Amino acid sequence: MKSLEDLKKMREKALKKVEMRDVNKKYRVVVGMATCGIAAGARPVLNKLIEELGNNDYPCIVTQTGCIGLCAYEPIVEVFNQEDQTKTTYVHVTPEKAVSILQNHILKDRILTEFTIDSYQK
Amino acid sequence: MQDIAMYIIEILMNSIYANSNNIICHIEIKTSINQLLIIIEDDGKGMNDELLANVTNPFTTTRKTRKIGLGVAFLQHLCDQCNGDLTIKSKENIGTITVVKLPYDHWDIPPLGNIGQMMMFCIQANADIDFILQYIKDEHTFFFDTKLIKQELGEVNIDEPDILLWIKEYINQGIKGENL
Ligand SMILES: Nc1ncnc2c1ncn2[C@@H]1O[C@H](COP(=O)(O)OP(=O)(O)O)[C@@H](O)[C@H]1O
Ligand code: FES
Ligand SMILES: [Mg+2]
Repeated sequence: MKSLEDLKKMREKALKKVEMRDVNKKYRVVVGMATCGIAAGARPVLNKLIEELGNNDYPCIVTQTGCIGLCAYEPIVEVFNQEDQTKTTYVHVTPEKAVSILQNHILKDRILTEFTIDSYQK
Repeated sequence: MQDIAMYIIEILMNSIYANSNNIICHIEIKTSINQLLIIIEDDGKGMNDELLANVTNPFTTTRKTRKIGLGVAFLQHLCDQCNGDLTIKSKENIGTITVVKLPYDHWDIPPLGNIGQMMMFCIQANADIDFILQYIKDEHTFFFDTKLIKQELGEVNIDEPDILLWIKEYINQGIKGENL
């Protein structure tokens, strides 16, 4: 059962976390939420990413973008490395692949080459 | 399109991309007259008469990334299929209001879907926008306003993942009438 009272507790918890957390996250994870992205299954992917970030600490933030113009490859997740300004484009992402991206790419800096657009276009 | 939430999110995303500050989503089910009424209202940049006249056309989009824009076209198609009605009014620099009337109990109408998740995605898309959700099913009413949530949160951002997940659950329970 949820009530507005929960927010007070969550607020206190969040304030404590903010002090410990480094402000600049290394990665930005971007989910394509245009019409074709959503139709191809972007909703469960974004939902999974938010759940994972709610339950664990990852050095990333998750945001959305609209049309990327690559409909055939949706759902698409782009990972931006904010330190060296590189971008990795993951295609046909499922919730399972999304977790794998977090655990490998985000946590261990290990790019999952087999899921990227480059390996699909070959 | 598996659920109604998928159609609504398209309309909400259009409002989000129209630089709105406030977006209201009203969902009302009247079983006595077998009607599902959806009203989306925004205070974004609006559309001129020409764009508005063509907005349900799949080849209408102002995006530069691709030449087709299907969001509104899909909704028009659903309404055409099952004797529904779609009315969009818009004024440049004032805003847009989209009114959808559908038969609630009809074989071509998909289930409502996850409304809490839909709102979570919209808030996450742009946390600066204020969203109101009004859900009515016959005698039951649920009201949600991000302004009130932001007040409670103070300096904590509404788009923190654990807050977003809480909002999703809170809305889904409110819709079912289970909140405290
Ligand atoms: N609420 C709104 N405010 C302003 N413009 C809108 C709104 N909804 C739709 N539009 C305009 O109508 C066009 C078509 O919308 P849509 O069918 O959803 O396709 P898309 O969003 O992919 O372009 C948009 O590109 C936009 O210019
Ligand atoms: S319409 Fe498919 S990525 Fe834009
Ligand atoms: Mg759209």
